[in-house]
Amino acid sequence: MGGATETFYSVIRRQGMTRRSFHKFCSLTAASLGLGPLAASSIANALETKPRVPVIWLHGLECTCCSESFIRSAHPLIKDALLSMISLDYDDTIMAAAGHQAEAILEETRAKYKGRYVLAVEGNPPLKEGGMFCIDGGKPFVEKLRSMAEESMAIIAWGTCASWGCVQAAKPNPTGAAPIDKVITNKPIIKVPGCPPIAEVMSGLVTFITTFGKLPELDRQGRPNMFYSERIHDKCYRRSHFDAGQFVEEWDDKYARKGYCLYKMGCKGPTTYNACSALRWNGGVSFPIQSGHGCFGCSEDGFWDKGPFYDRLTTIRQFGIEENADQIGMAAAGVVGLTVAAHAAVTAVKRLTHKPDRAAQKRKPS
Amino acid sequence: MFVNDMLDKARKLLAAVDAEPTERTIGAGIAYAPVRLWHWVNAAAILMLSLTGYVIGTGTPAMSGEASGNFLFGYIRFAHFSAGYVLSIGFLLRIYWALIGNAHAMQIFWVPLWRRCFWREVYHEIRWYAFLTVEPERRVGHNRLAQLAMFFMFTQTITFMVVTGFALYGQGAGTDSWQYKLFGWVFSIWPNSQDVHTWHHLGLWVIVTFALVHIYAAVREDSCRAGASLL
Repeated sequence: MGGATETFYSVIRRQGMTRRSFHKFCSLTAASLGLGPLAASSIANALETKPRVPVIWLHGLECTCCSESFIRSAHPLIKDALLSMISLDYDDTIMAAAGHQAEAILEETRAKYKGRYVLAVEGNPPLKEGGMFCIDGGKPFVEKLRSMAEESMAIIAWGTCASWGCVQAAKPNPTGAAPIDKVITNKPIIKVPGCPPIAEVMSGLVTFITTFGKLPELDRQGRPNMFYSERIHDKCYRRSHFDAGQFVEEWDDKYARKGYCLYKMGCKGPTTYNACSALRWNGGVSFPIQSGHGCFGCSEDGFWDKGPFYDRLTTIRQFGIEENADQIGMAAAGVVGLTVAAHAAVTAVKRLTHKPDRAAQKRKPS
Repeated sequence: MFVNDMLDKARKLLAAVDAEPTERTIGAGIAYAPVRLWHWVNAAAILMLSLTGYVIGTGTPAMSGEASGNFLFGYIRFAHFSAGYVLSIGFLLRIYWALIGNAHAMQIFWVPLWRRCFWREVYHEIRWYAFLTVEPERRVGHNRLAQLAMFFMFTQTITFMVVTGFALYGQGAGTDSWQYKLFGWVFSIWPNSQDVHTWHHLGLWVIVTFALVHIYAAVREDSCRAGASLL
C-alpha cells in the first residue's frame, strides 16, 4: 500500500507515462463523462494533488460478471483506473494476498482510512438463517458488509445484485438475498445496476469520485444521473422503426433482417434505464439490440420476474394462474359480459310477465 | 383549513342529497348540463384511450416502406397522450364541479360507507337488481349501488390511470419534465416501470368491465323506469 500522499500523477509518472499522455487521458475522460472544456484541467489538477482513494471491493452472492466487465474498460483503460487512479486495497478475486493476510488488510484500511475509503460491493448478502448461505472469510458475508460499511465514505453497489437483488433474489428467493440498500441504510449508496454494468460506466464513475472527491448526482433510485437518466429506448438507433410502426414479428422474418424495432419481441428497452444504446459495449462495438436481440432490462428491479423475455406484456403470477394483463382482462370482461346478457334476459322475461300490474305495485319495505 | 372546509361542504352536500325528495327533480338542466357535457367528453376520451392503449400494448402490424415515410405508432401514441390530457383536464374540472355544483355532483367522489342507511339502500338496490323487489329506492342521481361502482371502479381507476399514465409519460418526456417531477414518485413504489405498464394495462380492463356494466345498467334503467333519462 502506498503512503497517504501518493497521488495518481506520481504513480503514473513512476510508471513512465509522459505528462502529455496524462493530459490526453484527462481530456478523454472529461469528454466521456460529458463534462465541459474546463473539466479536463480540473481533472488533471485533482489527479496531481489528491491522494488516491482507497477502495475495498467485496464480493457477496454474485457471478463476478461485474469484475469481468470492469476489467474490459477502454475509456479510461482499466490499467489506469486500477493501478493508478484508485488504490484498490482489497479485492479477493484479483488480489495477490490470501487468507489471514488478506483479511488483515480489511482491518487495516478500516482503521487507517476511517470515513475516507470507498466500499465497492459486488453481489449481495443472503439474510435467511442468519446469513449462512454466503460465508466469506469464515463469517457470514452480511457481517463483513456491515462492519466495512460502518467506517466507509460511500458505498458503490456494483451490478443488479447489489442494486436490486438480481437472480438470487428472484422468486422464490430461497436464501433471502437482499440488495445492499436493504441492509445498509445510513450511508450514501450509489447504485450501478446492470448484469453486468457497462465497463465505461463503472470506470467513469470511479474516475468521477476520485477526481471530484464527491458522489455524482443521483436519481430517485440512487443511480448516477450521468449514465442512467435515459432509457435504452430513448437513444435506440431503431427508435424510428418504433415510431413508424415497423416491428419484428418473428425471429426469422424479413423484418428482423431489415432491423425493425423489437418491441413486439419483448424488448424491455422502453422500461430500462441504462447507457447501452449510447455507450454500447466492448469499447463501443455493439449492444444487444444492435445484435438483433431485444433488451432484457437487466439493469431494472426484479427483471427476472418480469418475463417472459420475449413478450411485450409481463406474465402475472397469482393464485397459480399465469396470464398477462390482456388475458386476465378479457376473461374478466367476458364473464361480466355474459352476466350482463343473462341479467338482461331475465329482465326482459320479468317485464313481459309483470308489465300489467307494475303501476299498481306498492313499494315494499326491504 | 381548506381540507376541513371541503369536508364540511361535502357533509352538507350529502345531507342535502339525503333531504332531497325522492321524486324526479332532475329537470333543473342548468345545474346538470356540465355533468352531462363532461360525461360525453370523458366517454369519448376513454374510448380513444382504450383503443389506442390496447394497440400500444400489442403493437401494430408492420408498415411497409421506409421508417422515414411512416409515423403510424407515433400518431397512435400521440392520440393516446392527447386523449389522456383531455381526460385529465376533464377530471380536474369534474372535481371542481363536485365542489361548487349541486349535491349530486359530489356522489362519485364521496361514499358514506360508515352510514347504516347507506348500506340499507345498497341492500335494497341489490334486491332490485336480483328481481326481489319491484321498486328501486333512489330516483335522483345515482342509486347507492351505482354510487359504489362509480367510486370504486370508475373514480378510483381513473385516478390511478391518470397518475400512472403521467408517470409513464414522464419517462419519455425526461426526468427533468414536470410530469416526471409531479408523478415520478410512482417509481418509488414500482422501481421497474414494466410493473407500472402492467398495472396501467390491467386498469384498462377494469374500465372496460365497468363500461359494460355501466352501459347495461343505464339502458336497463331507461327501459324499465318510466321517465328516467339515459342522457
